[in-house]
Amino acid sequence: MAEKLTLGKALNTGLRRALERDPKVIIMGEDVGKLGGVFRITDGLQKDFGDDRVIDTPLAESGIIGTAIGLAIRGYRPICEIQFDGFVYPAYDQIVSQVAKMHYRSQGKVRLPIVIRIPFGGGIGAVEHHSESPEAYFAHTAGLKVVACSNPEDAYFMIQQAVESDDPIVFLEPKRRYWEKGDVDLDLDPASAHPLHASRTVRPGNDVTVLAYGPMVRTALDAAAAAEEDGRSLEVIDLRSLSPLDLGPAYESVRRTGRCVVVHEAPSNVGLGAELAARITEECFYSLESPVLRVTGFDTPYPAARVEEEYLPDLDRVLDAVDRSFGW
Amino acid sequence: MAKGGSPPDGELVQLLTPEGERIESVTGSDGTVYRADFTDDEYRGLYRDLVIVRKLDAEATALQRQGELGIWASLLGQEAAQVGSGRALRTQDMAFPTYREHGVLYCRGIDPIMPLGLFRGVDQGGWDPNEFKFNMYTIVIGAQTLHATGYAMGVTMDGKTGTDDGEAVIAYFGDGATSQGDVNEAFIWAGVFNAPLVFFCQNNQYAISEPLERQTRIPLYRRAAGFGFPGIRVDGNDVLASYAVTRAALDHARLGQGPTLIEAYTYRMGAHTTSDDPTRYRIASEVEAWQAKDPILRVRAFLEKQQIADAAFFTEVDEQAKREAVHLRERVLEMPDPQPTTIFDNVYAHGSPLVDKQRAGFNEYQASFEGSAH
Ligand SMILES: Cc1ncc(C[n+]2csc(CCOP(=O)(O)OP(=O)(O)O)c2C)c(N)n1
Ligand SMILES: [Mg+2]
Repeated sequence: MAEKLTLGKALNTGLRRALERDPKVIIMGEDVGKLGGVFRITDGLQKDFGDDRVIDTPLAESGIIGTAIGLAIRGYRPICEIQFDGFVYPAYDQIVSQVAKMHYRSQGKVRLPIVIRIPFGGGIGAVEHHSESPEAYFAHTAGLKVVACSNPEDAYFMIQQAVESDDPIVFLEPKRRYWEKGDVDLDLDPASAHPLHASRTVRPGNDVTVLAYGPMVRTALDAAAAAEEDGRSLEVIDLRSLSPLDLGPAYESVRRTGRCVVVHEAPSNVGLGAELAARITEECFYSLESPVLRVTGFDTPYPAARVEEEYLPDLDRVLDAVDRSFGW
Repeated sequence: MAKGGSPPDGELVQLLTPEGERIESVTGSDGTVYRADFTDDEYRGLYRDLVIVRKLDAEATALQRQGELGIWASLLGQEAAQVGSGRALRTQDMAFPTYREHGVLYCRGIDPIMPLGLFRGVDQGGWDPNEFKFNMYTIVIGAQTLHATGYAMGVTMDGKTGTDDGEAVIAYFGDGATSQGDVNEAFIWAGVFNAPLVFFCQNNQYAISEPLERQTRIPLYRRAAGFGFPGIRVDGNDVLASYAVTRAALDHARLGQGPTLIEAYTYRMGAHTTSDDPTRYRIASEVEAWQAKDPILRVRAFLEKQQIADAAFFTEVDEQAKREAVHLRERVLEMPDPQPTTIFDNVYAHGSPLVDKQRAGFNEYQASFEGSAH
């Protein structure tokens, strides 16, 4: 039965299913209990599953991830909530030096099925540290997997698949899209849903391939709709998994279109777009009519809220890049 | 005036009861005598500060409700801790605030408009910490305690401690912050380097929705013992005691005798910020119980009982507070939105080819819309 849910409610429902399915699944984070998280993603879960499974932690991100590692070694499957993107850094050492490496150095004997949920990205008019896009820091780290959902249905299934994963997952949630609604098939088994680490073509097209993830998928789709009015057909691919990347559909698409635009909120310098551009150039060199173009945040700290609309990639900037790809 | 006495272990240093009774002095466990000998003028001045600080805060909350600020972190209930400690600072002392120390900022003589750019979203709350002897607000919980420690180490290196006119530093943070690694590292560093620093923890009983028990098993002030410096708990709703305890700790620091942890025991009467809904996690009766300990009412009761102030004075203070609030409001409404190209400014001290190129590209792109339907 398909139900219309907001992206936030879809995550909440997915988390509920994960807690029901496996008694070893626990949720830990700041304000995740009675408050239900500052975005209410864990709303009602402590009430229904108890405060030993939905744990309000001390205010210490390094502690949240560090203790999650110990709990995982002990057989639990912690889902950690980091309140905002900009507050993950006190935990960065535990994530990069410990979470990412334990499987490797234990020669496969230690698995850390930890999910680190991070609301990320801008567009909500917040003060500093509340609008960042830290995905490249994690995608750059071997041993971590990084995914980003963009719509309610994916949110519902991806969070459950992430909990099932034997590898640690950084799970990025597009906070500005929490309130967007979409159909979710609540009867479908997550194992039969679109695989966690597979990208998905969300709009077919012939002229330009647009790669996006998380909050920028909606932006790319809006741009594609606008481009259609101008007689241009954009193919939009939602990457979904940022590490590992699933670029088969992107290669196939670019070989057809000859043009590719990558969209992300994070700054461009040494960002995910650079990796995407390099791989597409390597695989599709002879098909390309123009260089792979990036539409990204600028290489500055995230700016004050009143100018964030200028900082963030939007429909017009995507179309501008599309135009430029034709002007080469 | 009630007799002096020592607080049994775990109790608060209090010099003014919620009923407005003065306690002459309190002797701490290390023999420090806390007293507040103010002139009538000074008592009236503290009252004025408290009322104005609360009024400006209420105005900012109203501005947020009307969409003129993106968010506001109210200090409601914490006025005495902030005015007491803020007034205890000497001109040469340096303060490191969180995001809630609007009252300390006011007592430093700083224009209350200064942090509002951050909350309105027109800037990042930027000012010169050295000009104001007041660091920029810090949102990342606990980070500023290490900055304060380093600054205080610098004071020692510069030979600015050891005399009555030496310098001292104060670091503000919350009860929740005491769980952060940074704060515990700051305790260690300040202890090891005997930094001239006062750790001023406003225990307002909550870190957003989480009550104190989520952060600690022992009273926070007692943590100091493990780090090797004194810790003391003061009634944070008592402006006189907050002043006396902070003044003593600052002077201790400026004389080169090292750090102190002050736990100002208080209560966050409002929401965590304007984005928060405290009815989800705390009950009304708890808030009402703290209402009876209001930091302003007790000073007013004292002033009235001692006939230090009359009705005309209270009216005049209210009117001044109202005027300052209106003035603040008018200037907030006039705050211009930043020029978009400021996004590219000040990333580096001497510019950057990459950022310069992006600025130029941005300008060109913006110009392409001129005269178009966009
Ligand atoms: C490192 C970090 N983690 C999380 C947050 C989100 N956050 C903002 S305020 C707050 C609670 C702070 O509580 P406390 O230290 O008691 O200060 P109070 O707000 O009560 O004054 C939290 C969790 C943050 N700002 N920084
Ligand atoms: Mg607090």
